[in-house]
Amino acid sequence: MKKIIGAVVAMATVFGLASVANAGTLDNVKAKGQLVCGANPGTAGFGVPDEKGNWTGLDVDYCRAIAAAIFNDPTKVKFVPLSSKDRFTALASGEVDVLIRNSTWTMSRETTLGIIWAGINFFDGQGFMVNKKLGVKSAKELNGASICVQQGTTTELNLADYFRANKMDYKVVTFGTSEEALKAYDSGRCDSYTTDRSGLAADRLSMAKPDDHIILPEIISKEPLGPAVRQGDDQWLNLVKWVHYALLIAEEDGITSKNVDEKAKSDDPELKRVLGGEGKFGESLGLSNAWVVQIIKAVGNYEEMFERNVGPNTPLQLARAGNALWTKGGLQYAPPIR
Amino acid sequence: MTAMQDSSTGAAKVVFYNDPRVRSLFFQFLLLAAIFALFYFAYDNTVANLRKRNIAQGFGFWNVEAGFDISQTLISYSAASSYGRAFWVGLLNTLLVSAVSIVFATILGVLIGILRLSKNWLVATLATVYVEIFRNVPLLLVLYFWYRGVIGLLPEPKESIHLPGQILLNTRGLLTPRPIFGEAFIYPLAALLASIIAGFVIFWWARRVQFQTGKRPKAGLLTTAIILIVPSLVFILAGSPLSFDVPVQGRFNSSGGMTLLPEFVSMVVGLTTYTAAFIAENVRAGILAISKGQTEASQALGLSHGQTIRLVIMPQALRVIVPLLNSEYLSLIKNSSLGVSIGYPDLVNVFTGTVLNQTGQAVEMVSVTMVVYLSISLITSLFMNWFNRRVALVER
Repeated sequence: MKKIIGAVVAMATVFGLASVANAGTLDNVKAKGQLVCGANPGTAGFGVPDEKGNWTGLDVDYCRAIAAAIFNDPTKVKFVPLSSKDRFTALASGEVDVLIRNSTWTMSRETTLGIIWAGINFFDGQGFMVNKKLGVKSAKELNGASICVQQGTTTELNLADYFRANKMDYKVVTFGTSEEALKAYDSGRCDSYTTDRSGLAADRLSMAKPDDHIILPEIISKEPLGPAVRQGDDQWLNLVKWVHYALLIAEEDGITSKNVDEKAKSDDPELKRVLGGEGKFGESLGLSNAWVVQIIKAVGNYEEMFERNVGPNTPLQLARAGNALWTKGGLQYAPPIR
Repeated sequence: MTAMQDSSTGAAKVVFYNDPRVRSLFFQFLLLAAIFALFYFAYDNTVANLRKRNIAQGFGFWNVEAGFDISQTLISYSAASSYGRAFWVGLLNTLLVSAVSIVFATILGVLIGILRLSKNWLVATLATVYVEIFRNVPLLLVLYFWYRGVIGLLPEPKESIHLPGQILLNTRGLLTPRPIFGEAFIYPLAALLASIIAGFVIFWWARRVQFQTGKRPKAGLLTTAIILIVPSLVFILAGSPLSFDVPVQGRFNSSGGMTLLPEFVSMVVGLTTYTAAFIAENVRAGILAISKGQTEASQALGLSHGQTIRLVIMPQALRVIVPLLNSEYLSLIKNSSLGVSIGYPDLVNVFTGTVLNQTGQAVEMVSVTMVVYLSISLITSLFMNWFNRRVALVER
């Protein structure tokens, strides 16, 4: 299936007409009546379909937030599950309108792939998972270990860098998908499995006996994950970027899905600007001025999305840590709406 | 031709656009131009599309540092090597797994094909069951079966199975001692070579004696004795110039020795068992194509059963088998690209997978990969066609 998508994308690049314009993504989305969102094929907490085909996850909720901003209807999204190998080609060739799929923002991806990041919705870092019975307490003890990894990610490169920098030896086994890599690790083919720590937390839950495995404390890389769009359409880039900021600003201002109507009636000048009582901020993005109200009603603010999908009360049990607001010692910071 | 000239001299001269030669040339030129135009359009359009989308183009990445590691490398390779080097590593891995699988699949396939024609009901039925199972199950499942269902059940390194000769077997593969050849190893090697040449001379002599006297001397035993004894003697005289680097169990994996990766073994076993089923059918078809009278005639001439197959049936059956084998070999080579699903670092895994994703240059990667598979397949076809001409019956 992956290969077929890849081939179709390649054919589209070779024979597709150059007139498929980069500009006007918003108009295209409005004309189609739905947002086509590149999603994770299955990472719990970020993007995963359940038995009934309902998608849940932080990244998936970002897609819904954009749809709510445009259509005032969070259900007008079509999710296209993409492997890590096919995701950027699918975005660059126009298969999807936006890619929100645990994708790490790096320099070479922006300079050579024709895509651009709209923000960072999750600050992550790469870690290692090992079986408890090995008695390993630190990644520094992994000298000589076999390590399973998924191909087509920054993970492969960080892994090589880490062992090179620490002058340690290791044996890599590279698989096409994370499920295959994880199965091989689970069957004992590898001593350790490595990916982003959020992914490790999710993958650990999918194992036969999650309690047999621990995630080592070392974070060996910076993995800023966020939504990406095609280059050359600044209107669309702005829209995705400001949907992300709106979610953060709503948390900062204490606007939640429960009190948004109340807050909209407030005389506070900041709240009036954010919730559309004053100014034409929504219209300047090509949306209605009540865009933030629509988003928050549909999916809640950033905190609500975090707590619902990956927070301490979910199976993933991730702490806010680096993803807390800047006012609470974290890295999440939004420029003001004014 | 002459008739046409005759008529043209008499009749009015044919206008040039009615001349069949000019016409056919014109239309062939038109077709050629259309094909070139299509290719040029595809190329130009691709370049324009990529440029418009700010996607990098060209082969500038070839000498850039790759930055990732590969589990099985036949040539020296590290994360500091270039993408180009990674390409060669992947290509060699594809060639290795294809070559080894082709050899084993041919042996197993011929064996099963012959067994299927056995007069022993049990043997024939077992061979039939084998063919029907492996021919009708998708290759991907066959690979998963061997990788996860058989090799994946091996014990972990700490509970390795110890085989004689200090060989270890565990989930990390088959770990064998690595031979270290001393400088004096050249002498027994030379002795072995000389013995083999001597063996050929003896066979040639035996043939001559057979032609002259009608009796064939027992050359096989003599040759085996020479090839076994002479190099061994020289080896001892040279002071046994061979030692072994034995694998030692570390905290996670063993170090030292040689490792046969489970991914490689699964690929070879999977491709072999799958392709052998098809080859067995080809062999059966080839043998059944030879009329029964041939067997009866050779038996009437006093040939043994083995001689009948070797000297009468097989040379004729090969005519049918070899062209079919060619396409089985081509399928096997292309099927080796499924390696990525079980973590074998073949060309598609390394180059069209990791390198493609790190550089994002899908068009270049896919084109190069297509050219590579096309070249391997054409070279294989050329060889098989040459071989086919050699074994084909000379018709008079």
